[in-house]
Amino acid sequence: MVSIAEPIAKPASRFRFILDRRDVLGAIFMAPAILYVLLLVGLPFLLAMYYSVSAYTLYNPTWRFVGLANFVDVVNNPTFLRTLGNTFLFTFASNFLGLVMGKFGAFLLLQPFPGRKIVRALVILPWAVPIALATIAWEWIFDSLYSVVNWTLIALGIVTRPEAPNWLGTPELAMLCIIIINAWRFFPFAIVIFLAGITAVPQDIIDAATVDGAGFWRRNYQIIVPMILPIVAIGLIFGIVFTFTDLSIVFLLTNGGPAGATSVLGFQGFQVGIASGDVAHGAAISLFMLPVLLIVVIAMLRFIRRREI
Amino acid sequence: MQRIVTLVAGRTLFWLAIAFFVIVCAFPFYWMVIVSLKENSDLYNVTNIPFWFTEPPTLEHFRYLFEQTLFGRWLLNSLIIGVCVTAITLVTAVPAGYSLARMTGRAGETLGIGIFLTYLVPPSLLFLPLSRIVADLGLQNSMWSLVLVYPTFTIPFSTWLLMGFFKAMPPEIEEAAIVDGCSLFGAFVRMTIPLSVPAILTAVIFTFTLTLQEFVYALTFVSSSAQKPVTLGVVTDLIRGDVFYWGELMGGALIASVPVGIAYNIFLDRFIAGITGGAVK
Repeated sequence: MVSIAEPIAKPASRFRFILDRRDVLGAIFMAPAILYVLLLVGLPFLLAMYYSVSAYTLYNPTWRFVGLANFVDVVNNPTFLRTLGNTFLFTFASNFLGLVMGKFGAFLLLQPFPGRKIVRALVILPWAVPIALATIAWEWIFDSLYSVVNWTLIALGIVTRPEAPNWLGTPELAMLCIIIINAWRFFPFAIVIFLAGITAVPQDIIDAATVDGAGFWRRNYQIIVPMILPIVAIGLIFGIVFTFTDLSIVFLLTNGGPAGATSVLGFQGFQVGIASGDVAHGAAISLFMLPVLLIVVIAMLRFIRRREI
Repeated sequence: MQRIVTLVAGRTLFWLAIAFFVIVCAFPFYWMVIVSLKENSDLYNVTNIPFWFTEPPTLEHFRYLFEQTLFGRWLLNSLIIGVCVTAITLVTAVPAGYSLARMTGRAGETLGIGIFLTYLVPPSLLFLPLSRIVADLGLQNSMWSLVLVYPTFTIPFSTWLLMGFFKAMPPEIEEAAIVDGCSLFGAFVRMTIPLSVPAILTAVIFTFTLTLQEFVYALTFVSSSAQKPVTLGVVTDLIRGDVFYWGELMGGALIASVPVGIAYNIFLDRFIAGITGGAVK
């Protein structure tokens, strides 16, 4: 603080001149971040594109150009079409479920009640904790023999032990499990986003609507929801991108099984590209994420722009 | 009378809903605690009540975790990775965030959105080429590969977060410093950085937790046990073939989860302020 009072002697050097130009210093400040991102996101991205049109494998690292042959191979594989379907189902079902639970949870947490802080702290946990670790806990919860869900169902007399469901060993149930786990991970984030949006709505607007005779539902769906839509949309875009490209839940919980029933794009790309070493086909599979990512990015830009006006 | 009934029913429903959310969210963590403290003979007996201890609790799994596995080493690896990545992130993201908020004007806005969008480029698209780059640099199978790669998502994230904070700071403070003889750079170093310590601390916490949460890159680049970060080590090394060391798995998952859970809760409000500040301006 002393420096404010005492004028500092100005060395009239060239260096000093550069540090005083707002645009020059701005560019210098940006340079390291942009370089890092260009070298380790931009360059690999281009490399991934090239892999997908080459015959590159871990055992035969050649740059030979093969055109769209890899993509044709991938699309002609019936497993891949199933994987693509699974990815969409997984993404939309879990985000929809997460969003509904998030709205409901935010509504509850807006009410004042004793212990609210503790409840909020516990509700945040699924989003905060590393998903790989939480997935391991879920794997034990859905275990074929020691499942606590089944134990409870049996104790309540709903099913008997021989007919208890094998959660991760039945195609439909395994899909349901990964959807539930991802919704469980996503919905605290949705709550946080809803809460941030709702508390930002000016109270006088809500009061004015109440005075004008708007009831609970009208206030909720004709005033609050449209006002918080942009921020919710950005939250949802995050949810969609991270779910659509995720592979850790599937990798740890079901390993794509049973019989490919829970295989998703990210997982398939990993299996082919890393586990089997067929980098070219793995890259081609991963690149199928790109159209969806692009749509999401365009949607995001539109929402950001609308918010600025 | 009618009103009292409605009121009581309403309160009951409300608390039931709260209880539902708390159980759904916290049960897996409660489960980690219970399973990691149970004797194996208790754990693997389907006739015992799973929610509580039939035999007295034991610390055997934690002893095994620290003495018979590399768990301590994984914790240390995660700490080293986290500290290095945080340092790299701060050095690049603090000036970048400031530049985007104050110095680059209209072009900076586009640039800022561009940087932010790279945060959306997923690991599952980049791990194939990055594993080649990591190998070319001689970093394969080493935790230093993660120190190199993790800033690809922590820099965009922190830049965006810090940009939101810097935009919310009144520019008059720096202007006053410049009038008093500071250079532009001097005003940034002497005024802005000391005043934004809380914001920088938030960026540090979230950068660190992002490195702990990451799984895909770690899985792809690191396969030797001694180099693994804790998240990867727990979920890969405590499963040998078909044998799951459930007590140890849950204990390890618990120890690695607790600090992240606490950090998120303490810094959540600042996190929201930064994220929405960046989006709202």
